[in-house]
Amino acid sequence: MGATVTTAATKETTWGGGNEPLKVSYGKMMMWYFILSDSLTFCGFLVGYGFTRYKFMDTWPIADEVFNHFPFLHGVDAPMYYVALMTFILIFSSVTMVLAVDAGHQMKKNKVAVYMFMTIIGGLVFLGSQAWEWKNFISGTYGAVETRGGSILQFVGEDGKQIALADFAKVDPNRDEATLTRAKGTWFVKGAEATTYSIAEVKAGFEANPNVRIRTQLTTDTKHKEILTREESVKRLEDAVLVVEGANLIRNEYGHKTFADFFFFITGFHGFHVFTGILINVVIFFNVLLGTYQRRGTYEMVEKGGLYWHFVDLVWVFVFTFFYLV
Amino acid sequence: MAAEGAHHSNTKRIWTVFVIMSLVTLVEVVLGIIKPASLHHVHIFGLSLLNYIFIILTIVKAYYIMWAFMHLEQEKSAFRWSVAGILTFLCVYLIALVLTEGNYIYEVFHNSQYKWIF
Repeated sequence: MGATVTTAATKETTWGGGNEPLKVSYGKMMMWYFILSDSLTFCGFLVGYGFTRYKFMDTWPIADEVFNHFPFLHGVDAPMYYVALMTFILIFSSVTMVLAVDAGHQMKKNKVAVYMFMTIIGGLVFLGSQAWEWKNFISGTYGAVETRGGSILQFVGEDGKQIALADFAKVDPNRDEATLTRAKGTWFVKGAEATTYSIAEVKAGFEANPNVRIRTQLTTDTKHKEILTREESVKRLEDAVLVVEGANLIRNEYGHKTFADFFFFITGFHGFHVFTGILINVVIFFNVLLGTYQRRGTYEMVEKGGLYWHFVDLVWVFVFTFFYLV
Repeated sequence: MAAEGAHHSNTKRIWTVFVIMSLVTLVEVVLGIIKPASLHHVHIFGLSLLNYIFIILTIVKAYYIMWAFMHLEQEKSAFRWSVAGILTFLCVYLIALVLTEGNYIYEVFHNSQYKWIF
């Protein structure tokens, strides 16, 4: 028991290890130093994101235009609302966690159990929200084309609003561009997945619709993406070689290639922390129910698990700012 | 902490902090949606005023999470700063160096023949 909860100060002599100069138990101190090192990992990730963003300052995607979905509001431009909701869910689960810790200080077993349970539910809801966010990000909304040089070109309609490839692409009934799988290949070859529309269909549709123009990645002084004239658009589209739908680790329809990579890695790594946090909370929750901590005489384990859970919230606060707001 | 707080409850403090954090988040979201031109298009040292506000509000939230929710305010100050001080110093150091470098590369893209790969 002594290894899990140190209350050594009362049991041992000062020079025999019974001294706690920082007035904090071993387990809690190590949890703090683990959190310190883990925070630095996240700091490294976010700074790496900042580095790339500074490097491509004038071509970086605008977050509002990428993350503008909300459940049950199809086609409605709702920037920020969804991540704000996710932030509230996580803050609230932090509150229930700290209430559990508080109840633990007063040795109220049932209250601790109820608050722990609420915290776990909050974590699961957050994780589910993140999955939905990823689903939208991966499947994409509009689709775009990529040029030989690696730039993404998006399409806008008459009013300057972005339109989907489906809105103007001219479907070719004789299109022959099936996905080349390994089973169909002559040797160990595998082609890229066939997109919904081929590049030829997009180009044909563009020619047939004189109102369609191209939006480049360049951010103008007014902090909007540059929209080309019809003549410039025609010229620019000659360079297009690939249709891009949604996002993967190689390319994405939103803009710069590294944008999706950073999104997946940072929110993914955070989501993984939420996941492990839920696991830790579940273990602690059952221990509370079994009365482990009641018998031990202290609910410090709830406090340690709580530290980790708040840390997850802390990281989200920064991810929210630097990925969605700034 | 455990010893002193064994009898009285801190629930009032917890709910106050929750209200403060919710209000801060609300302000952030409203500003993020409206993006007032007077803040969004005025820059100091290459960063818009709006972004300064976001970053300050984020630090406010981080302060409340660490001090109130993680009980740092109840720890001995030597322990408190062995965590918060180190974290602040290393993060600020890394941010300053790496973002300066990123900005340098941006300048290279603009002022030399490199346009994409560097």
